[in-house]
Amino acid sequence: MRDAFIGRLEALAEANSRILLITGDLGFGVLTSFEKRFPRQFVNAGVAEQNMTGLATGLALDGRIVFTYSIGNFPTLRCLEQIRNDAAYHGANVKIVAIGGGFSYGALGMSHHATEDLAILRALGITVVAPGCDWEAAEAATALADRPGTCYIRLDRTSAGSTALVGEHFQIGRARMLRPGTDVTLISTGGILSQVLLAAETLSQLGVQARVLSMHTIQPLDDAAVRSAVMETGGIVTVEEHTVHGGLGGAVAEYCLEAGVIPKAFRRVGLRDGFSAIVGSQDYLRQQYGMDERAIVDAAKHVVAASARTSVGVAG
Amino acid sequence: MTSRGGSSHIGAVLSMADIIAVLYGAVLRVDPERPNWPERDRFILSKGHAGAGVYAALAERGFFSLETLSTHYQDGSNLSGHVSHKNIAGVEFSTGSLGHGLPVGVGMALGAALDGRSHRIVVLMSDGECDEGSNWEAILFAAHHRLANVTAVIDYNKIQSLKSVAETVALEPFADKWTAFGWRVLEVDGHDHDALLETLHTAADPTGKPTCVIAHTTKGKGVSFMENSVLWHYRTARGEEFANAELELLNG
Repeated sequence: MRDAFIGRLEALAEANSRILLITGDLGFGVLTSFEKRFPRQFVNAGVAEQNMTGLATGLALDGRIVFTYSIGNFPTLRCLEQIRNDAAYHGANVKIVAIGGGFSYGALGMSHHATEDLAILRALGITVVAPGCDWEAAEAATALADRPGTCYIRLDRTSAGSTALVGEHFQIGRARMLRPGTDVTLISTGGILSQVLLAAETLSQLGVQARVLSMHTIQPLDDAAVRSAVMETGGIVTVEEHTVHGGLGGAVAEYCLEAGVIPKAFRRVGLRDGFSAIVGSQDYLRQQYGMDERAIVDAAKHVVAASARTSVGVAG
Repeated sequence: MTSRGGSSHIGAVLSMADIIAVLYGAVLRVDPERPNWPERDRFILSKGHAGAGVYAALAERGFFSLETLSTHYQDGSNLSGHVSHKNIAGVEFSTGSLGHGLPVGVGMALGAALDGRSHRIVVLMSDGECDEGSNWEAILFAAHHRLANVTAVIDYNKIQSLKSVAETVALEPFADKWTAFGWRVLEVDGHDHDALLETLHTAADPTGKPTCVIAHTTKGKGVSFMENSVLWHYRTARGEEFANAELELLNG
Protein backbone atom coordinates (compact mmCIF):
# COMPACT_ATOMS: atom_id res chain seq x y z
CA MET A 1 0.00 0.00 0.00
CA ARG A 2 2.83 2.33 0.94
CA ASP A 3 4.75 1.64 -2.25
CA ALA A 4 1.64 2.11 -4.37
CA PHE A 5 1.07 5.49 -2.73
CA ILE A 6 4.67 6.68 -3.04
CA GLY A 7 4.86 5.42 -6.62
CA ARG A 8 1.87 7.54 -7.53
CA LEU A 9 3.25 10.49 -5.60
CA GLU A 10 6.39 10.35 -7.74
CA ALA A 11 4.28 10.58 -10.88
CA LEU A 12 2.39 13.52 -9.40
CA ALA A 13 5.62 15.27 -8.40
CA GLU A 14 6.98 14.85 -11.89
CA ALA A 15 3.91 16.49 -13.36
CA ASN A 16 3.65 19.26 -10.76
CA SER A 17 6.76 20.95 -9.37
CA ARG A 18 4.68 22.54 -6.59
CA ILE A 19 4.36 19.16 -4.89
CA LEU A 20 6.86 18.75 -2.08
CA LEU A 21 7.46 15.83 0.27
CA ILE A 22 8.81 16.31 3.81
CA THR A 23 9.83 13.32 5.86
CA GLY A 24 10.44 13.20 9.57
CA ASP A 25 13.61 11.20 8.94
CA LEU A 26 11.79 7.98 8.08
CA GLY A 27 11.21 6.02 4.91
CA PHE A 28 14.45 4.08 4.58
CA GLY A 29 14.58 2.67 1.06
CA VAL A 30 11.03 3.86 0.37
CA LEU A 31 11.73 7.49 -0.43
CA THR A 32 15.13 7.00 -2.05
CA SER A 33 13.82 7.16 -5.57
CA PHE A 34 11.67 10.21 -4.83
CA GLU A 35 14.62 12.07 -3.32
CA LYS A 36 16.91 11.15 -6.18
CA ARG A 37 14.46 12.16 -8.87
CA PHE A 38 13.13 15.32 -7.24
CA PRO A 39 15.80 16.72 -4.91
CA ARG A 40 14.19 20.17 -4.96
CA GLN A 41 10.83 18.71 -3.98
CA PHE A 42 12.12 16.64 -1.09
CA VAL A 43 13.06 17.74 2.43
CA ASN A 44 14.15 15.74 5.44
CA ALA A 45 13.08 17.73 8.50
CA GLY A 46 14.95 15.43 10.84
CA VAL A 47 13.36 13.83 13.87
CA ALA A 48 11.24 16.88 14.52
CA GLU A 49 7.58 16.43 13.69
CA GLN A 50 6.38 19.72 15.15
CA ASN A 51 8.79 21.62 12.95
CA MET A 52 7.97 19.35 10.00
CA THR A 53 4.30 20.30 10.24
CA GLY A 54 5.06 23.97 10.77
CA LEU A 55 7.41 23.97 7.78
CA ALA A 56 4.77 22.23 5.71
CA THR A 57 2.25 24.91 6.63
CA GLY A 58 4.62 27.74 5.75
CA LEU A 59 5.44 26.13 2.41
CA ALA A 60 1.78 25.41 1.69
CA LEU A 61 0.65 28.94 2.49
CA ASP A 62 3.15 30.06 -0.11
CA GLY A 63 1.52 27.95 -2.82
CA ARG A 64 2.90 24.45 -2.48
CA ILE A 65 1.13 21.14 -2.00
CA VAL A 66 3.06 19.58 0.84
CA PHE A 67 2.97 15.95 1.94
CA THR A 68 4.40 15.22 5.40
CA TYR A 69 5.55 11.67 5.94
CA SER A 70 6.31 9.57 8.97
CA ILE A 71 5.12 6.41 10.71
CA GLY A 72 2.60 5.53 13.38
CA ASN A 73 1.59 8.42 15.61
CA PHE A 74 4.59 10.63 14.85
CA PRO A 75 3.13 12.77 12.04
CA THR A 76 -0.22 13.08 13.86
CA LEU A 77 -0.36 12.92 17.64
CA ARG A 78 3.17 14.22 18.20
CA CYS A 79 2.36 17.41 16.32
CA LEU A 80 -1.39 17.53 16.75
CA GLU A 81 -1.50 21.18 17.71
CA GLN A 82 0.53 22.14 14.64
CA ILE A 83 -1.99 20.24 12.51
CA ARG A 84 -4.87 21.98 14.27
CA ASN A 85 -3.66 25.56 14.65
CA ASP A 86 -1.20 25.87 11.78
CA ALA A 87 -2.40 23.66 8.95
CA ALA A 88 -6.13 23.13 9.47
CA TYR A 89 -7.10 26.57 10.80
CA HIS A 90 -5.33 28.19 7.87
CA GLY A 91 -6.77 25.72 5.36
CA ALA A 92 -3.20 24.96 4.30
CA ASN A 93 -2.55 22.39 1.60
CA VAL A 94 -0.82 19.98 3.94
CA LYS A 95 -1.38 16.27 3.38
CA ILE A 96 -0.32 14.20 6.36
CA VAL A 97 0.80 10.69 5.53
CA ALA A 98 1.14 8.11 8.31
CA ILE A 99 2.57 4.74 7.49
CA GLY A 100 1.59 1.79 9.64
CA GLY A 101 -1.99 2.19 10.85
CA GLY A 102 -3.34 0.05 13.66
CA PHE A 103 -1.06 -2.87 14.55
CA SER A 104 1.05 -2.65 11.39
CA TYR A 105 4.10 -2.33 13.62
CA GLY A 106 2.66 -4.74 16.16
CA ALA A 107 5.93 -6.13 17.47
CA LEU A 108 7.46 -2.70 17.98
CA GLY A 109 5.16 -2.04 20.89
CA MET A 110 2.59 0.43 22.15
CA SER A 111 4.44 3.56 20.98
CA HIS A 112 4.06 2.31 17.40
CA HIS A 113 0.45 1.16 17.57
CA ALA A 114 -1.65 3.81 15.80
CA THR A 115 -5.06 3.13 17.25
CA GLU A 116 -6.62 6.52 17.96
CA ASP A 117 -5.47 8.57 14.98
CA LEU A 118 -8.63 8.38 12.91
CA ALA A 119 -10.87 9.62 15.73
CA ILE A 120 -8.51 12.37 16.78
CA LEU A 121 -7.87 13.69 13.28
CA ARG A 122 -11.55 13.42 12.40
CA ALA A 123 -12.36 15.71 15.30
CA LEU A 124 -10.36 18.47 13.60
CA GLY A 125 -12.84 18.54 10.73
CA ILE A 126 -10.20 17.70 8.12
CA THR A 127 -10.39 15.05 5.40
CA VAL A 128 -9.51 11.63 6.81
CA VAL A 129 -8.69 8.73 4.49
CA ALA A 130 -7.65 5.14 5.25
CA PRO A 131 -7.38 3.13 2.04
CA GLY A 132 -8.15 -0.56 2.12
CA CYS A 133 -6.11 -1.67 -0.85
CA ASP A 134 -3.19 -0.66 -3.04
CA TRP A 135 -5.41 0.76 -5.74
CA GLU A 136 -7.27 2.96 -3.27
CA ALA A 137 -3.96 4.16 -1.84
CA ALA A 138 -2.60 5.20 -5.23
CA GLU A 139 -5.86 6.82 -6.29
CA ALA A 140 -6.06 8.62 -2.96
CA ALA A 141 -2.63 10.18 -3.61
CA THR A 142 -3.98 11.78 -6.77
CA ALA A 143 -7.24 12.79 -5.14
CA LEU A 144 -5.56 14.37 -2.13
CA ALA A 145 -3.10 16.34 -4.27
CA ASP A 146 -6.13 17.85 -6.00
CA ARG A 147 -8.13 18.41 -2.86
CA PRO A 148 -7.73 21.82 -1.21
CA GLY A 149 -6.99 22.04 2.49
CA THR A 150 -5.51 19.83 5.15
CA CYS A 151 -5.97 16.08 4.78
CA TYR A 152 -4.85 12.99 6.64
CA ILE A 153 -4.15 9.61 5.10
CA ARG A 154 -3.31 6.47 7.05
CA LEU A 155 -1.55 3.74 5.10
CA ASP A 156 -1.46 0.26 6.55
CA ARG A 157 1.37 -2.13 5.97
CA THR A 158 -0.96 -4.81 4.70
CA SER A 159 -3.78 -4.35 2.27
CA ALA A 160 -6.41 -6.23 0.34
CA GLY A 161 -4.20 -6.19 -2.75
CA SER A 162 -5.99 -4.36 -5.50
CA THR A 163 -9.76 -4.41 -5.50
CA ALA A 164 -10.30 -2.07 -8.44
CA LEU A 165 -13.25 -2.88 -10.62
CA VAL A 166 -13.02 -2.40 -14.37
CA GLY A 167 -13.32 1.26 -15.28
CA GLU A 168 -13.82 2.28 -11.67
CA HIS A 169 -13.30 5.91 -10.68
CA PHE A 170 -12.08 6.71 -7.16
CA GLN A 171 -13.64 9.57 -5.26
CA ILE A 172 -12.86 10.92 -1.80
CA GLY A 173 -15.97 10.54 0.32
CA ARG A 174 -17.55 7.88 -1.87
CA ALA A 175 -17.63 4.36 -0.45
CA ARG A 176 -17.00 1.41 -2.76
CA MET A 177 -19.29 -1.59 -2.74
CA LEU A 178 -17.00 -4.58 -3.18
CA ARG A 179 -19.61 -7.23 -2.63
CA PRO A 180 -23.39 -7.13 -2.89
CA GLY A 181 -25.59 -8.57 -0.19
CA THR A 182 -28.70 -7.91 1.88
CA ASP A 183 -28.30 -9.96 5.06
CA VAL A 184 -25.79 -7.64 6.67
CA THR A 185 -23.37 -4.86 5.64
CA LEU A 186 -19.72 -4.93 6.62
CA ILE A 187 -18.32 -1.40 6.49
CA SER A 188 -14.54 -1.40 6.51
CA THR A 189 -11.85 1.23 6.66
CA GLY A 190 -8.11 0.71 6.19
CA GLY A 191 -6.06 -2.35 5.37
CA ILE A 192 -8.23 -4.59 7.53
CA LEU A 193 -10.42 -4.72 4.43
CA SER A 194 -8.52 -7.94 3.62
CA GLN A 195 -10.03 -9.57 6.74
CA VAL A 196 -13.46 -8.18 5.93
CA LEU A 197 -13.41 -9.72 2.46
CA LEU A 198 -12.34 -13.06 3.93
CA ALA A 199 -15.12 -12.83 6.48
CA ALA A 200 -17.67 -12.06 3.77
CA GLU A 201 -16.56 -15.18 1.89
CA THR A 202 -16.86 -17.32 5.01
CA LEU A 203 -20.29 -15.87 5.73
CA SER A 204 -21.37 -16.64 2.21
CA GLN A 205 -20.48 -20.27 2.76
CA LEU A 206 -22.67 -20.17 5.86
CA GLY A 207 -25.53 -18.81 3.78
CA VAL A 208 -25.19 -15.20 4.91
CA GLN A 209 -24.80 -12.72 2.07
CA ALA A 210 -22.83 -9.76 3.36
CA ARG A 211 -22.55 -6.48 1.54
CA VAL A 212 -19.02 -5.12 1.78
CA LEU A 213 -18.39 -1.38 1.70
CA SER A 214 -14.86 -0.06 1.62
CA MET A 215 -15.26 3.23 3.45
CA HIS A 216 -11.82 4.54 2.57
CA THR A 217 -12.87 8.05 3.57
CA ILE A 218 -14.06 8.49 7.13
CA GLN A 219 -14.45 12.22 6.71
CA PRO A 220 -16.47 13.23 4.80
CA LEU A 221 -18.45 10.07 5.42
CA ASP A 222 -20.50 8.64 2.57
CA ASP A 223 -23.87 9.13 4.26
CA ALA A 224 -25.80 7.88 1.23
CA ALA A 225 -23.98 4.55 1.21
CA VAL A 226 -24.65 4.11 4.93
CA ARG A 227 -28.30 5.00 4.45
CA SER A 228 -28.67 2.46 1.66
CA ALA A 229 -26.96 -0.19 3.76
CA VAL A 230 -29.35 0.46 6.64
CA MET A 231 -32.44 0.45 4.41
CA GLU A 232 -31.47 -2.50 2.25
CA THR A 233 -29.64 -4.89 4.56
CA GLY A 234 -30.23 -6.60 7.86
CA GLY A 235 -27.81 -4.54 9.89
CA ILE A 236 -24.39 -2.95 10.10
CA VAL A 237 -20.99 -4.10 11.27
CA THR A 238 -18.21 -1.53 11.18
CA VAL A 239 -14.63 -2.78 11.10
CA GLU A 240 -11.53 -0.74 11.86
CA GLU A 241 -8.09 -1.50 13.23
CA HIS A 242 -8.53 1.31 15.68
CA THR A 243 -10.30 2.09 18.91
CA VAL A 244 -14.07 1.78 18.69
CA HIS A 245 -14.30 5.27 20.16
CA GLY A 246 -14.88 7.96 17.60
CA GLY A 247 -13.55 6.35 14.45
CA LEU A 248 -15.50 4.69 11.65
CA GLY A 249 -18.00 3.02 13.96
CA GLY A 250 -18.57 6.27 15.79
CA ALA A 251 -19.01 8.23 12.57
CA VAL A 252 -21.53 5.73 11.18
CA ALA A 253 -23.46 5.61 14.46
CA GLU A 254 -23.58 9.40 14.70
CA TYR A 255 -24.96 9.67 11.21
CA CYS A 256 -27.55 6.95 11.69
CA LEU A 257 -28.94 8.33 14.94
CA GLU A 258 -29.06 11.93 13.80
CA ALA A 259 -30.55 11.10 10.43
CA GLY A 260 -33.10 8.77 12.02
CA VAL A 261 -31.86 5.94 9.83
CA ILE A 262 -31.68 3.25 12.47
CA PRO A 263 -30.10 -0.11 11.63
CA LYS A 264 -32.01 -3.15 12.80
CA ALA A 265 -28.78 -4.19 14.50
CA PHE A 266 -25.38 -2.57 14.80
CA ARG A 267 -21.97 -3.67 16.01
CA ARG A 268 -18.52 -2.11 16.00
CA VAL A 269 -15.46 -4.26 15.52
CA GLY A 270 -12.35 -2.54 16.82
CA LEU A 271 -10.08 -2.12 19.79
CA ARG A 272 -11.90 -1.99 23.12
CA ASP A 273 -9.12 -2.60 25.60
CA GLY A 274 -7.20 0.66 25.40
CA PHE A 275 -3.50 0.17 24.82
CA SER A 276 -1.87 -3.11 24.01
CA ALA A 277 0.95 -4.06 26.31
CA ILE A 278 1.64 -7.30 24.50
CA VAL A 279 3.35 -7.36 21.15
CA GLY A 280 3.11 -9.57 18.12
CA SER A 281 2.53 -9.66 14.42
CA GLN A 282 -0.36 -7.70 12.97
CA ASP A 283 -2.29 -10.94 12.44
CA TYR A 284 -1.65 -12.05 16.00
CA LEU A 285 -2.79 -8.76 17.54
CA ARG A 286 -5.86 -8.60 15.33
CA GLN A 287 -6.80 -12.00 16.64
CA GLN A 288 -5.99 -11.11 20.26
CA TYR A 289 -8.10 -7.99 20.14
CA GLY A 290 -11.06 -9.37 18.23
CA MET A 291 -10.54 -7.82 14.82
CA ASP A 292 -9.65 -10.81 12.71
CA GLU A 293 -11.78 -12.65 10.21
CA ARG A 294 -13.36 -14.85 12.87
CA ALA A 295 -14.32 -11.87 15.04
CA ILE A 296 -15.88 -10.14 12.04
CA VAL A 297 -17.84 -13.28 11.18
CA ASP A 298 -19.05 -13.53 14.77
CA ALA A 299 -20.13 -9.89 14.81
CA ALA A 300 -21.98 -10.36 11.53
CA LYS A 301 -23.76 -13.44 12.84
CA HIS A 302 -24.78 -11.53 15.95
CA VAL A 303 -26.17 -8.71 13.84
CA VAL A 304 -28.06 -11.09 11.55
CA ALA A 305 -29.59 -12.87 14.55
CA ALA A 306 -30.52 -9.63 16.30
CA SER A 307 -31.94 -8.28 13.10
CA ALA A 308 -34.11 -11.36 12.68
CA ARG A 309 -35.46 -10.93 16.20
CA THR A 310 -36.22 -7.29 15.51
CA SER A 311 -38.03 -8.15 12.31
CA VAL A 312 -40.12 -10.79 14.10
CA GLY A 313 -40.84 -8.28 16.83
CA VAL A 314 -41.99 -5.68 14.30
CA ALA A 315 -44.07 -8.23 12.42
CA GLY A 316 -45.64 -9.43 15.67
CA MET B 1 -8.97 48.77 22.77
CA THR B 2 -7.64 46.42 25.43
CA SER B 3 -9.35 48.39 28.18
CA ARG B 4 -12.70 48.47 26.41
CA GLY B 5 -12.60 44.78 25.64
CA GLY B 6 -11.15 43.85 29.00
CA SER B 7 -8.29 41.84 27.53
CA SER B 8 -5.08 40.93 29.27
CA HIS B 9 -1.45 41.02 28.04
CA ILE B 10 -1.08 44.80 27.82
CA GLY B 11 2.40 44.47 29.32
CA ALA B 12 3.42 42.15 26.48
CA VAL B 13 2.00 44.58 23.91
CA LEU B 14 3.86 47.58 25.31
CA SER B 15 7.03 45.51 25.47
CA MET B 16 7.06 45.05 21.70
CA ALA B 17 5.26 48.23 20.64
CA ASP B 18 8.42 49.99 19.48
CA ILE B 19 9.55 46.93 17.51
CA ILE B 20 6.16 46.68 15.81
CA ALA B 21 6.13 50.42 15.09
CA VAL B 22 9.54 50.25 13.40
CA LEU B 23 8.71 47.06 11.50
CA TYR B 24 5.38 48.30 10.13
CA GLY B 25 6.49 51.91 9.88
CA ALA B 26 9.75 51.50 8.01
CA VAL B 27 10.99 47.95 7.53
CA LEU B 28 8.39 45.53 6.21
CA ARG B 29 7.54 45.76 2.54
CA VAL B 30 3.78 45.37 2.75
CA ASP B 31 0.98 47.09 0.89
CA PRO B 32 -2.46 47.67 2.42
CA GLU B 33 -3.89 47.89 -1.11
CA ARG B 34 -2.56 44.42 -1.88
CA PRO B 35 -2.51 42.39 1.34
CA ASN B 36 -1.71 39.21 -0.61
CA TRP B 37 0.94 40.76 -2.86
CA PRO B 38 3.21 37.75 -3.54
CA GLU B 39 6.45 39.73 -3.08
CA ARG B 40 5.46 41.19 0.30
CA ASP B 41 7.61 40.56 3.34
CA ARG B 42 6.03 38.04 5.69
CA PHE B 43 5.62 38.98 9.33
CA ILE B 44 4.51 36.47 11.94
CA LEU B 45 3.76 37.42 15.51
CA SER B 46 4.59 34.21 17.33
CA LYS B 47 3.78 35.70 20.74
CA GLY B 48 0.16 35.81 19.66
CA HIS B 49 -1.08 37.03 23.03
CA ALA B 50 0.20 40.48 22.06
CA GLY B 51 -1.97 40.48 18.94
CA ALA B 52 -3.61 43.77 19.90
CA GLY B 53 -0.34 45.46 18.93
CA VAL B 54 -0.40 43.97 15.44
CA TYR B 55 -4.05 44.83 14.91
CA ALA B 56 -3.30 48.41 15.92
CA ALA B 57 -0.31 48.61 13.57
CA LEU B 58 -2.29 47.16 10.65
CA ALA B 59 -5.10 49.65 11.23
CA GLU B 60 -2.59 52.50 11.39
CA ARG B 61 -1.11 51.29 8.11
CA GLY B 62 -4.56 51.26 6.52
CA PHE B 63 -5.22 47.53 6.20
CA PHE B 64 -8.56 48.15 7.88
CA SER B 65 -10.28 51.00 9.67
CA LEU B 66 -9.23 52.30 13.06
CA GLU B 67 -12.87 51.94 14.12
CA THR B 68 -12.56 48.17 13.74
CA LEU B 69 -10.14 48.20 16.66
CA SER B 70 -12.93 49.17 19.02
CA THR B 71 -14.46 45.71 18.60
CA HIS B 72 -11.35 43.96 19.91
CA TYR B 73 -12.00 41.10 22.36
CA GLN B 74 -15.75 41.62 22.30
CA ASP B 75 -18.72 39.48 21.32
CA GLY B 76 -18.75 38.70 17.62
CA SER B 77 -15.43 40.41 16.85
CA ASN B 78 -12.86 39.05 14.43
CA LEU B 79 -10.13 40.61 16.55
CA SER B 80 -9.41 37.86 19.03
CA GLY B 81 -7.16 38.17 22.05
CA HIS B 82 -4.56 36.09 20.26
CA VAL B 83 -3.79 37.23 16.74
CA SER B 84 -5.94 35.63 14.02
CA HIS B 85 -6.00 36.08 10.26
CA LYS B 86 -9.62 35.17 9.59
CA ASN B 87 -11.47 38.08 8.01
CA ILE B 88 -8.61 40.42 8.89
CA ALA B 89 -6.48 41.77 6.07
CA GLY B 90 -2.75 41.88 6.70
CA VAL B 91 -2.40 39.21 9.38
CA GLU B 92 -0.03 36.70 7.83
CA PHE B 93 -0.52 33.93 10.33
CA SER B 94 -2.63 33.15 13.38
CA THR B 95 -0.94 32.20 16.62
CA GLY B 96 -1.73 32.00 20.30
CA SER B 97 -0.13 28.75 21.28
CA LEU B 98 3.56 29.49 21.72
CA GLY B 99 6.29 27.90 19.64
CA HIS B 100 4.35 27.84 16.37
CA GLY B 101 5.49 30.96 14.54
CA LEU B 102 9.12 30.15 13.86
CA PRO B 103 8.61 26.72 12.22
CA VAL B 104 5.99 28.23 9.90
CA GLY B 105 8.19 31.24 9.15
CA VAL B 106 11.08 28.93 8.36
CA GLY B 107 8.80 27.01 5.99
CA MET B 108 7.95 30.28 4.25
CA ALA B 109 11.66 31.08 4.09
CA LEU B 110 12.43 27.69 2.57
CA GLY B 111 9.70 28.20 -0.02
CA ALA B 112 11.07 31.62 -0.96
CA ALA B 113 14.61 30.25 -1.17
CA LEU B 114 13.55 27.34 -3.38
CA ASP B 115 11.80 29.78 -5.71
CA GLY B 116 14.62 32.33 -5.67
CA ARG B 117 12.35 35.08 -4.39
CA SER B 118 13.83 37.90 -2.36
CA HIS B 119 11.24 38.85 0.24
CA ARG B 120 12.06 38.56 3.95
CA ILE B 121 10.38 36.57 6.66
CA VAL B 122 10.35 38.15 10.12
CA VAL B 123 9.09 36.28 13.18
CA LEU B 124 8.63 38.15 16.45
CA MET B 125 8.92 35.87 19.45
CA SER B 126 8.79 36.21 23.20
CA ASP B 127 11.60 35.15 25.48
CA GLY B 128 9.34 32.81 27.44
CA GLU B 129 8.31 30.95 24.34
CA CYS B 130 11.91 29.94 23.78
CA ASP B 131 11.11 27.28 26.37
CA GLU B 132 9.15 25.53 23.61
CA GLY B 133 11.18 22.77 21.96
CA SER B 134 9.51 23.28 18.60
CA ASN B 135 11.46 26.53 18.23
CA TRP B 136 14.76 24.76 18.62
CA GLU B 137 13.73 22.26 15.95
CA ALA B 138 13.20 25.18 13.60
CA ILE B 139 16.39 26.91 14.71
CA LEU B 140 18.41 23.80 13.84
CA PHE B 141 16.63 23.44 10.50
CA ALA B 142 16.99 27.05 9.36
CA ALA B 143 20.73 27.07 10.05
CA HIS B 144 21.23 23.72 8.32
CA HIS B 145 19.47 25.00 5.20
CA ARG B 146 21.22 28.38 5.36
CA LEU B 147 18.00 30.35 5.25
CA ALA B 148 19.41 33.85 5.46
CA ASN B 149 16.03 35.28 4.51
CA VAL B 150 14.51 34.60 7.92
CA THR B 151 14.89 36.88 10.94
CA ALA B 152 13.76 35.93 14.42
CA VAL B 153 13.27 38.95 16.66
CA ILE B 154 13.16 38.20 20.37
CA ASP B 155 11.21 40.56 22.57
CA TYR B 156 13.57 39.96 25.49
CA ASN B 157 11.80 41.62 28.40
CA LYS B 158 13.06 38.94 30.76
CA ILE B 159 9.70 38.30 32.40
CA GLN B 160 7.46 35.37 31.63
CA SER B 161 4.11 34.18 32.85
CA LEU B 162 4.72 33.78 36.57
CA LYS B 163 8.19 35.10 37.30
CA SER B 164 11.34 36.32 35.64
CA VAL B 165 12.90 34.25 32.89
CA ALA B 166 15.97 33.77 35.07
CA GLU B 167 13.86 32.31 37.87
CA THR B 168 11.76 30.13 35.58
CA VAL B 169 13.95 28.36 33.02
CA ALA B 170 17.04 30.47 32.49
CA LEU B 171 17.91 31.30 28.88
CA GLU B 172 21.33 32.83 29.47
CA PRO B 173 23.78 32.76 27.87
CA PHE B 174 21.03 33.39 25.34
CA ALA B 175 22.95 34.93 22.45
CA ASP B 176 25.53 32.17 22.73
CA LYS B 177 22.84 29.56 22.28
CA TRP B 178 21.66 31.06 18.99
CA THR B 179 25.26 31.47 17.87
CA ALA B 180 26.03 27.86 18.70
CA PHE B 181 22.99 26.82 16.65
CA GLY B 182 24.45 28.59 13.61
CA TRP B 183 22.58 31.87 13.63
CA ARG B 184 23.98 35.38 13.35
CA VAL B 185 23.00 37.30 16.47
CA LEU B 186 22.43 41.06 16.63
CA GLU B 187 21.56 42.71 19.94
CA VAL B 188 19.68 45.97 20.18
CA ASP B 189 17.77 48.22 22.56
CA GLY B 190 14.20 47.26 21.69
CA HIS B 191 12.88 50.73 22.49
CA ASP B 192 15.43 52.78 20.52
CA HIS B 193 13.82 53.41 17.14
CA ASP B 194 17.00 54.47 15.36
CA ALA B 195 18.91 51.46 16.63
CA LEU B 196 16.01 49.14 15.77
CA LEU B 197 15.79 50.62 12.29
CA GLU B 198 19.47 50.11 11.65
CA THR B 199 19.47 46.58 13.07
CA LEU B 200 16.34 45.43 11.27
CA HIS B 201 17.66 46.88 8.02
CA THR B 202 20.92 44.98 8.30
CA ALA B 203 21.49 43.07 5.11
CA ALA B 204 21.09 39.34 5.11
CA ASP B 205 24.12 37.46 6.33
CA PRO B 206 26.48 36.94 3.38
CA THR B 207 27.45 33.49 4.60
CA GLY B 208 23.86 32.33 4.67
CA LYS B 209 23.17 32.34 8.38
CA PRO B 210 19.67 33.16 9.54
CA THR B 211 19.54 36.20 11.81
CA CYS B 212 18.39 36.47 15.39
CA VAL B 213 17.76 39.97 16.72
CA ILE B 214 17.73 39.97 20.49
CA ALA B 215 15.82 43.12 21.38
CA HIS B 216 16.27 44.06 25.01
CA THR B 217 12.95 45.42 26.18
CA THR B 218 10.96 46.36 29.24
CA LYS B 219 7.66 44.65 29.82
CA GLY B 220 4.91 47.26 30.14
CA LYS B 221 7.22 49.92 28.67
CA GLY B 222 6.01 53.47 28.98
CA VAL B 223 3.62 53.07 31.90
CA SER B 224 5.50 53.33 35.18
CA PHE B 225 3.20 51.09 37.18
CA MET B 226 3.15 48.40 34.48
CA GLU B 227 6.87 48.22 33.83
CA ASN B 228 8.59 44.97 34.79
CA SER B 229 5.44 43.67 36.43
CA VAL B 230 4.04 40.18 36.05
CA LEU B 231 0.65 41.51 37.13
CA TRP B 232 0.23 43.38 33.85
CA HIS B 233 0.61 40.21 31.87
CA TYR B 234 -2.96 39.64 33.02
CA ARG B 235 -4.57 42.80 34.37
CA THR B 236 -6.73 45.17 32.36
CA ALA B 237 -6.33 48.90 32.93
CA ARG B 238 -9.67 50.50 33.69
CA GLY B 239 -10.93 53.79 35.11
CA GLU B 240 -8.24 55.81 36.81
CA GLU B 241 -5.56 53.26 35.95
CA PHE B 242 -6.42 53.55 32.29
CA ALA B 243 -6.43 57.37 32.42
CA ASN B 244 -3.05 57.41 34.13
CA ALA B 245 -1.57 54.91 31.69
CA GLU B 246 -2.87 56.89 28.71
CA LEU B 247 -1.46 60.09 30.14
CA GLU B 248 1.97 58.56 30.70
CA LEU B 249 2.08 57.13 27.18
CA LEU B 250 1.00 60.43 25.61
CA ASN B 251 3.62 62.32 27.57
CA GLY B 252 6.28 59.65 27.17
